[in-house]
Amino acid sequence: MRRLEVEGLSIRLPRGADREFAIQDVSLHLDSGEILCVVGESGSGKSVTASAVMGLLAPGLSVAGGAMRLSGEDLRAKSPEEWRRLRGRRIAMVFQEPMTALNPLMSVGAQLSEMWRVHLGLDRREAEARALAGLREVKLPDPEGALRAFPHELSGGQRQRVMIAMALALEPEVLICDEPTTALDVTTQAQVLALIKDLQRRHGTAVMFITHDFGVVAEIADRVAVMQHGRVVEQGAARDILTRPEHPYTRALLAAVPGASAPAPRPLSPDAVLEVRGLSKTYATRGLFRRRRPVRALDGVSVTLRRGATLAVVGESGSGKSTLARCVVGLLGADGGEIVIGGAPLPRRRREAARLVQMVFQDPYASLNPRRRAGAQVAQGPIAAGTPPGKAMEEARRLFGLVGLDPEAVSRFPHEFSGGQRQRIGIARALAMQPQVLVADEPVSALDVSVQAQVLALLRDLQARLGLSILFITHDLRVAAQLCDEVAVMRDGAVVETGRIGEVFAAPKHPYTRSLIEAIPGRALLGA
Amino acid sequence: MRVFKLALRRLAASLPTLLLILVGMFLLLQLAPGDTVDALMAQMGGGDAALAEELRRFYGLDLGIAARLGQYLLRLATLDLGFSAIYGKPVATVILERLPATILLMVSALSFAFFFGLVLGVIAARRVNRWPDTLISTLGLIFYATPSFWFGLMAIVLFSVHLQWLPAGGFSDITQELTGIAALLDIARHLVLPTLTLGLIFLAIYLRIMRASMLEVLSLDFVRTARAKGLSETRVVARHVLRNAMLPMVTLIGLQAGTMLGGSVVVESVFALPGLGRLAYESVVQRDLNTLLGIVFVSALLVIAINFLVDILYARLDPRISADS
Amino acid sequence: MRALRAYLRSPPALFGSAILFAVLFMAVTAQWFYPNDPLGLAGRPLQWPGANPRFPLGTDPSGRDIAAQLFHGARVSLLIGVVATAIAVLIGIAMGAVAGFYGGGVDTGLMRVTEAFQTLPNFLLLLVLVAVFGSSIETVTIAIGLVSWPPVARLTRAEFLTLRTREFVQACRVQGLPDAHLILREVLPNALPPVIVYASVVMAVAILLESALAFLQLSDPNVPSWGNLIGLGRNVLRTEWYVSAIPGVAILLTILGVSLVGQGLNDALNPRLASGR
Repeated sequence: MRRLEVEGLSIRLPRGADREFAIQDVSLHLDSGEILCVVGESGSGKSVTASAVMGLLAPGLSVAGGAMRLSGEDLRAKSPEEWRRLRGRRIAMVFQEPMTALNPLMSVGAQLSEMWRVHLGLDRREAEARALAGLREVKLPDPEGALRAFPHELSGGQRQRVMIAMALALEPEVLICDEPTTALDVTTQAQVLALIKDLQRRHGTAVMFITHDFGVVAEIADRVAVMQHGRVVEQGAARDILTRPEHPYTRALLAAVPGASAPAPRPLSPDAVLEVRGLSKTYATRGLFRRRRPVRALDGVSVTLRRGATLAVVGESGSGKSTLARCVVGLLGADGGEIVIGGAPLPRRRREAARLVQMVFQDPYASLNPRRRAGAQVAQGPIAAGTPPGKAMEEARRLFGLVGLDPEAVSRFPHEFSGGQRQRIGIARALAMQPQVLVADEPVSALDVSVQAQVLALLRDLQARLGLSILFITHDLRVAAQLCDEVAVMRDGAVVETGRIGEVFAAPKHPYTRSLIEAIPGRALLGA
Repeated sequence: MRVFKLALRRLAASLPTLLLILVGMFLLLQLAPGDTVDALMAQMGGGDAALAEELRRFYGLDLGIAARLGQYLLRLATLDLGFSAIYGKPVATVILERLPATILLMVSALSFAFFFGLVLGVIAARRVNRWPDTLISTLGLIFYATPSFWFGLMAIVLFSVHLQWLPAGGFSDITQELTGIAALLDIARHLVLPTLTLGLIFLAIYLRIMRASMLEVLSLDFVRTARAKGLSETRVVARHVLRNAMLPMVTLIGLQAGTMLGGSVVVESVFALPGLGRLAYESVVQRDLNTLLGIVFVSALLVIAINFLVDILYARLDPRISADS
Repeated sequence: MRALRAYLRSPPALFGSAILFAVLFMAVTAQWFYPNDPLGLAGRPLQWPGANPRFPLGTDPSGRDIAAQLFHGARVSLLIGVVATAIAVLIGIAMGAVAGFYGGGVDTGLMRVTEAFQTLPNFLLLLVLVAVFGSSIETVTIAIGLVSWPPVARLTRAEFLTLRTREFVQACRVQGLPDAHLILREVLPNALPPVIVYASVVMAVAILLESALAFLQLSDPNVPSWGNLIGLGRNVLRTEWYVSAIPGVAILLTILGVSLVGQGLNDALNPRLASGR
């Protein structure tokens, strides 16, 4: 049965935006019992489409034309009040950010039972009984406890389960999931995807699943619609689109998805440029009222980076991989163990350490000072180290060329660059110090897949040309496999497995590594 | 229990602050030209040096600064604030006599400002950029710009002199012997204008912060979730937005407790209220430094007490504040 | 440039600027329009505004020209507003920057001092300072600056606390740049816009504090001040209420102008927070 139908939908952006329409002439349909994946990069209009269907367009956006029908009923003809009564009852939504999607001051039970109290008018006791059953269905451990808990007491995955329970509370005909697993770790993502698929089967719900990740698509989609610049460029059965994409954009997107298998191993230099031996770091978390609870971020970590090679440090959030990166560049002091670069311990003084090790940061928008010119931010390190300013600026131009930017762009401000370009500036900034070791902390995780592939290619190219030694921090095994020679898998502050990346992938020894590899979405389809 | 423990810990943390204030003020007052004895002698119309010497010894003013500071702090620990030469009574007694009026004024001004600030802020945010918002925001700006003492005087001209609805000053009607409810009503009538005068600027501040905070919270993800659940706008605001939006306002009460106490100096002197603020003014004019120091101490205690209550309120509102996170 | 255009498009901001220009005009031309001592006897006391064309705003209980005092008082209000604000903002930024950037023990220590200043009612502290150091216009100005800095310090500290963990600041650390560069060139320029906006609040409060002090006759008696005039009018409030009313309106308009300019700056410098959405 046709549950949701979107026909020729166009949505106008407020005046002064960079284009006239957020989405244009979008047509989609969704039958009961199927999962439609809407795929696209940021700015493709996939989330706007979802909020239009919910009747929750952001202020300033307006429907310019087209039709939306829920089980044949015209949604655009509904009054706001009628539409409100549909929401949550017949069409429900799960959002991307589980950390902020729940009211922090209200208990989970109260937020969940609100569904039955508002829509069905049940009393408190009955609503709570239903809420408890709902939490059981989404397989939350200790559902009674979760009912009384406040959102901050649950993990991201648990909160997303609560959101799903809330969305499915009244058995809606249509469930819209807006990147519900993007903010989660891989293993949690795999569990949540399995849960959504299982519930959808049992209830026969029609699911519209918005994502940017073709791996996820391969995992759960029955049908796929690909969006670019506010238009649907291709749609069809998942199998067809994944194996025989027709539109060039779909093909480019699929080609950019990193495969889960490593390239052929290359010979590695025997000498180590960076050695981390038995590194420990304990955070004394400082609460608002000054009571401290120690957290072991690093627990006797030892890794070795060979000269001219790339070592991937892979782990989920809380594994300590970022702490390791920050210790290696001297941003954090370790409590025990040692860091040896080029045969000597990492100097304590910032200026001396800067010559040995540099860092590329995660967030292209936060890692450049918005108020200073791009070139100055590249040249300032060498200038502080004693290079004459004129020469340093000349070098900055050369580096801009090296990372694929216009050398004249040195005089522009960061906001004039795209995310991928900013990440290139970040790489140029790190290279300006001519370090022995380059630490890259999730350098591509904030970028769209196609841009991701370009930045990874640049890093690979630079490594070949300059003989860089890279410590590559990532949560994404697929990205690690593309670039790295060796891998160290971290969990709870300790390294559980190390080795050549191809071998670790083919025959993981530690059960945790195995579960990480198994959790990679779309492995069956894309891994080959 | 959690809430109470938290507030207690904060209370303990404010002890060093209190000590810092006392030592700082004590040292500051040492720089003052002339001491209590000079003031006393001036009041007596002069006297000889020997008498001054005698008096200084009597009040312990002949010792070194460090010794006097130590003595002062020791006496404070037993809540002995010293003796006011001007009033001829222990400072503690003088202050206690004046404290109720000030506390009453502060509580009523704060309640007035908080309640109307909340209501007006919510209305403005719900009708943002439409006429109710424009009207409320403009009124807020004007209230904020009005000097409290001037507003007080103009209110006296209008309500006491011309309309004769309300008394122009004082704490109660001293021409009549009132008891029970009648006495309370009489005090309430006397407090209407001072409350408005003191509360006006805080009303302006609270309504502005409440409006901004409402707009901020309305843009958060969980409000979108609440709307996606199909809740009515009223329920979204009442159940989800309001409590979150109140948090910054509650914080502000604590931060501005001192400012409000400072404002009462002016308001009490406009309306001739026998409160702590007026006492502070009088002791500055009469150079009664002992009393001034005592007022500083009691004011600091008062501000700390208000912050203690605010902490309890905040921790009750926000479950994320916990003893060990 | 974009910020300037946004500012010029906002009617309230322009209205506020106009008021401030008018006050500035009064302050600058006071000597020219009213060259005689505004505190000197000018005519018969307590003439109502309009009653005598020589005194368009009337005379006060001592027979001094109210209009002349208004013009000369504008100087005092603006001067105290600007100088005290500069003092408060400088102290506040210095304290907040150091506390927020270094954190730890330095932060705790400096914040204790800030808390001490905030726990003490600021007007009470002002009274004590005036009692100790006298009430010349210079001491009053400095004293107002000294009691007004804590909120600036808190605001600056909060900005520094978030900015210092931002990746671009960490990148500069990794590049080996010294703390002075980090504080002055990386963090401070990004922390400044909200502080500049808040300076308008400090200025409004400074003008109010001075007028309150003058109203209690605790400010410099040799300088014409709006607050002082309101205080003088108190004795004749029941009949000649205009003596108090006129200078009060002047204070109200000045503060309104300062607030409107501050709000305009806020909307222009922080477009995301601009009223609306």
